[in-house]
Amino acid sequence: MIRFEKVGKRYPGGIAALSALDLAIETGEMIVLSGHSGAGKSTLLKLIPAVERPSEGAVIVNGQNVAALKRAAIPFLRRNIGMVFQDQKLLFDRNAFDNVMLPLAIAGVATRDAGRRVRAALDKVGLLDRERAMPVALSGGEQQRLAIARAVVARPSILIADEPTAHLDDGTAADIAAMFHAFNQVGVTVLVATHHEALFAPYMTRRIGLSRGRLAA
Amino acid sequence: MKGWLLQHRQASAQAFRRLASTPLNTLLGALVLGIALALPAGGEMLLANFQRLAQRIAATPQISVFMALDATKKEVAEVESRLRKHPGTREVKLVPREETLRRLKESEGLGEVIESLPRNPFPDAFVVVPGDESPAALEAMRSEFAGYPRVEHVQLDSAWVKKLDALLRLARLAVGLLAVVLGVALVAVTFNTIRLQILTQAEEVEVSRLLGATDAYIRRPFYYFGALQGLAGGAVAWLAVLGATLLLRLPVGELASLYGIDFSLHILPLSDSILLFALAAWLGWAGAWLSLIRHLSEN
Repeated sequence: MIRFEKVGKRYPGGIAALSALDLAIETGEMIVLSGHSGAGKSTLLKLIPAVERPSEGAVIVNGQNVAALKRAAIPFLRRNIGMVFQDQKLLFDRNAFDNVMLPLAIAGVATRDAGRRVRAALDKVGLLDRERAMPVALSGGEQQRLAIARAVVARPSILIADEPTAHLDDGTAADIAAMFHAFNQVGVTVLVATHHEALFAPYMTRRIGLSRGRLAA
Repeated sequence: MKGWLLQHRQASAQAFRRLASTPLNTLLGALVLGIALALPAGGEMLLANFQRLAQRIAATPQISVFMALDATKKEVAEVESRLRKHPGTREVKLVPREETLRRLKESEGLGEVIESLPRNPFPDAFVVVPGDESPAALEAMRSEFAGYPRVEHVQLDSAWVKKLDALLRLARLAVGLLAVVLGVALVAVTFNTIRLQILTQAEEVEVSRLLGATDAYIRRPFYYFGALQGLAGGAVAWLAVLGATLLLRLPVGELASLYGIDFSLHILPLSDSILLFALAAWLGWAGAWLSLIRHLSEN
């Protein structure tokens, strides 16, 4: 369902983040992307929701070439992809509930229905009792769980995460890894770029290594 | 359709929240816009009042017909009967020269001067109230009456009304120009406010885009913000004009009564009030639109 065909990505300045990458990921897989910093993991993830566009090649998501997608069509692609970022990108001017509400508001889900789904998502990540809390009052682990709740509340078919366990202690990181597993169990395709391979090892269907923008053994 | 309405409700609520989150800025912004709008709105209020006054005074134009000094009573009576038979006149009043002399003799200060005159300097005169008050009809009657035998001079008392009308038209143009200039200022102020808003909301814009927000979704709250701020400015202007009207009402009424006119200042007419609010909101929206084109990044 996600296919990379001869994908290359060069950033301005000529640095090649990815080159001639061929890759196929099936629906329902749980992929761990590993590699050193600068190996191209983040770039690979960003190509899927068209946050970055490839310099060459095609990125096919659900049968659509994302690389050639019109600007106006990108929002609708992204609504089907949950994203978890290393720096979470939570909005600090609103409480946990409203942060998770954002994707549903964007998608135009009716308010009452949306409220129910927000609580369900918060429940899944164990934050139901903190829905009124402002993000700043949450611990690092809680913030990351909140970010995950926001990523899954619109029930995406793909969930991508860039270093979701960075800055977290081992116990909390293991909880996060188990959470991704739980979403994968209900059919969500999961891609995680991480340095904590061992945490995800019990759950992953495949590990993809990257080295200097190419597949590594 | 329901989803669309929901998104508009959410966008307007969001704009309200953003305005409410910085009450001082919002208040100052509304004051700046309000004062700018109050000038043309106040001018419009004054104009509307003047026009009402002018219409009331001009409602009974008169034609004064002066006979020659040496016209005989018979000649005067002949002209009188012709005036009375004329289909265009509604009322004809003869002011005999003796009566004019007597009235002026009685008047303070002028009496002695009149007394010293060797003979009556005043002619017999008619005050004619025309039935048709259109300028063309008045003009036609003036030239017709001037052709009657022994008629020396015909005076159209509506000439000054014409001058007043021209003056009012000029004033209206000036108010219009003022409105355009200050409207541009309003757009510029909103342009800048929205620029700052975009900077403040940069994070929310970025996150919303990553979560699949369309351009329309991102822009909507800014449009509402601009329009609401414009509307607030319109409200300030309306209140300022209302306050000025109420303050001026008593002194203007007193001044008018000194001239024997029963007149009181009216507040801005409803149609002008609606126009003020609509224009203020629209200009705010336009400022937001320009600012979004210029400042909202496409990524």
